[in-house]
Amino acid sequence: MTNISVESTDDPPKLNPMSWKRYFSFSTDHKVIGVQYLVTAFLFFLIGGLFAMIVRAELLTPQLDVVDRSLYNGLFTMHGTVMIFLWIFPANVGLANYLVPLMIGARETAFPVLNAIAFWLIPVIGVLLLFSFFLPSGTAQAGWWSYPPVSIQNPSGHMINGEFIWLLAITISGISSIMGAVNLVTTIFQMRAPGMSFFRMPVYVWTTLSAQLLQLFCLPALTGAAVMLLFDLTFGTDFFSPFKQGDPVIYQHLFWFYSHPAVYVMALPAFGVFSEVIPAFARKPLFGYKTVAVSSLLIAGISMLVWVHHMFASATPNWMRVLFMVTSMLVSVPTGIKVFAWTATVWRGKLHFQTPMLFALGGVAMFLFAGITGVMLASLPFDIHVNNTYFVVGHFHYVVFNTVTMAIYAGIYYWFPKITGRMYSEGWGKLHFWLTFIGANLNFFPMHPIGLQGMVRRISSYDPQYTGWNVVASLGAFLLGMSTLPFIANVVSSWLRGRKASNNPWNATGLEWTTTSPPAIENFEEIPTVTSEPYGYGESHRLAVDPLSHLS
Amino acid sequence: MESPTRSGSMLKRDNLTFGFPVFLLSESIIFVSFFATYALLRWKNSNWFPAGVSGLDIHGAAISTLILVCSSIVIYFAERSLDRHKLVRFRRLWLLTAALGVIFLIRQAIEWHNMPFGLDAGLAGATFYLLTGFHGLHIFTGVVLLLYMYFRSLTPGNYNLGHRGVSSVSLFWHFVDVIWIVLFVLLYVW
Repeated sequence: MTNISVESTDDPPKLNPMSWKRYFSFSTDHKVIGVQYLVTAFLFFLIGGLFAMIVRAELLTPQLDVVDRSLYNGLFTMHGTVMIFLWIFPANVGLANYLVPLMIGARETAFPVLNAIAFWLIPVIGVLLLFSFFLPSGTAQAGWWSYPPVSIQNPSGHMINGEFIWLLAITISGISSIMGAVNLVTTIFQMRAPGMSFFRMPVYVWTTLSAQLLQLFCLPALTGAAVMLLFDLTFGTDFFSPFKQGDPVIYQHLFWFYSHPAVYVMALPAFGVFSEVIPAFARKPLFGYKTVAVSSLLIAGISMLVWVHHMFASATPNWMRVLFMVTSMLVSVPTGIKVFAWTATVWRGKLHFQTPMLFALGGVAMFLFAGITGVMLASLPFDIHVNNTYFVVGHFHYVVFNTVTMAIYAGIYYWFPKITGRMYSEGWGKLHFWLTFIGANLNFFPMHPIGLQGMVRRISSYDPQYTGWNVVASLGAFLLGMSTLPFIANVVSSWLRGRKASNNPWNATGLEWTTTSPPAIENFEEIPTVTSEPYGYGESHRLAVDPLSHLS
Repeated sequence: MESPTRSGSMLKRDNLTFGFPVFLLSESIIFVSFFATYALLRWKNSNWFPAGVSGLDIHGAAISTLILVCSSIVIYFAERSLDRHKLVRFRRLWLLTAALGVIFLIRQAIEWHNMPFGLDAGLAGATFYLLTGFHGLHIFTGVVLLLYMYFRSLTPGNYNLGHRGVSSVSLFWHFVDVIWIVLFVLLYVW
């Protein structure tokens, strides 16, 4: 791998547009916005992780000893909210912002100003949510589902209470996500380079498109539900109040109509990262590229028709439960296609175990596990047994941490040379991987057995028979907390002083690797012309970019 | 080296013409969630209105519906005038649309004022004020956008440039019109 970069004229004059200060400005450059999203999201990841560690500290012993019950409720509510709305969503959108225009050969996104506004709403949401810790009422305490009637109790009696702030934050988050989604979807449809047909787009672009379409067509249901819940809480209406004419189950329908697809909004970009990283480090074309690409849309489509499986125990009529059991199990077909494709890509490949590949392979393996427990949970008789237990929490964390967060890490390492123009340290990266991988499994695996034994989620004190597994899980959580340290050290020191990266350190295909590291403001000196499918690994005559396009 | 053609054919395709309908489709899902909640609640509750109230003022709402439908026709002709480069006619029709929107809003305010029940009067009150209020907010936004485009068209030379915005605002106006018709059927006719 060549380290001699083209622009090794030691100190290029610091141009103002490339100064670090741009990351703190209202920039409309998608690359700056991408980095802003990623860094902001990671800060919230640390905060959400801190909440999780306090929760796990409380669960070290069966008794209530670290925090009081209300604070405990507030902590797990804020943990879920921060991790989903301020870590995974913005981190994925950040990667997408950085990569999609580069991958499709565009100079910018379709609506740069809209995009910048969408980003700057993220810190606003974060400040609002964290501020609610200092309210007399404390934070929202009804869990990230915020089910009525618990969520509309308002015991403090103040109008500005934690739940009020939570609903406000969720609504603003919805606005931000819709703005971002309109921008990304329009960019993908409108701004592709000449020759970049849909079936020449990298899978990452396909998965981003599918995820953002889900945001567009499902998220407004949550916004609508949040507005009605806000009315119930604040203005004395009773849309969802079971004590009068209202119906809390309607809220559950609206909430899950969005929040089940939301899991795929989080997971689809992870599948995209796997599909980019694995071929590059197996030196083989992605197996079944077109099928993998189309299966992203299939996952998105089916995921809109499965939400009732969250409500098998909510007095749902039996015909509906059986119907949604079948649709839920159907999701395993297109996701299975993807797992088989990644496995077939690795098969007899020339594997290189750099950090991105470790995270990708680890993530795929964990996703397989999450998929199996997912099919178990989709099965009606089983789900009724484990409903509201730690088994569900374990399954969910194998998806959102062990799969999605691992994929985000894989993506950050893989594109780090492109984003910063410098290489990260491989040793620190591998240490980070092993700490994360071991920590995550220690943390989330024990939730399955204790869930099967009947330990209910969202409780601060529990029956002593569950102590052993809980201690293991808590130690795993603290290990996960520590695992971020080598990552932070690596990123900061490599960004400042790392080896200069060449334009294409992985010898990967894809348009983002044809431009400089980091790319210039306008991304490409000349808009490339695309003449073939992506992932032309191992076939040197099939270049992704026509080297003669500048002549035409 | 600077690239010779900064724009090129692929950059200046009309993103707004693609992106705005996408946004409206997304926005419509909020209305769908409200309508679905309303329909389910109404279907489940036999005694819907508070005691002493038999129903909503369907005649007044029918006149409002007529006003909005007319405004949709007017804005269609406004857009056509712009296509035919009849700027003065465009401005007149465009303002007429905004005026019809304002009349609609005034009628809505009067209806709210004369309403025998409030927001907290059971589900009838909650759904009525939420649906008409959220829709009214869209009409208000539409009027603001109409006026903004009107003043933009007064700037000399701006009028070809503003054309894209014109079609998007017009689309928005048709959108809130269609939403109103659904709302009218669900809220007043049912």
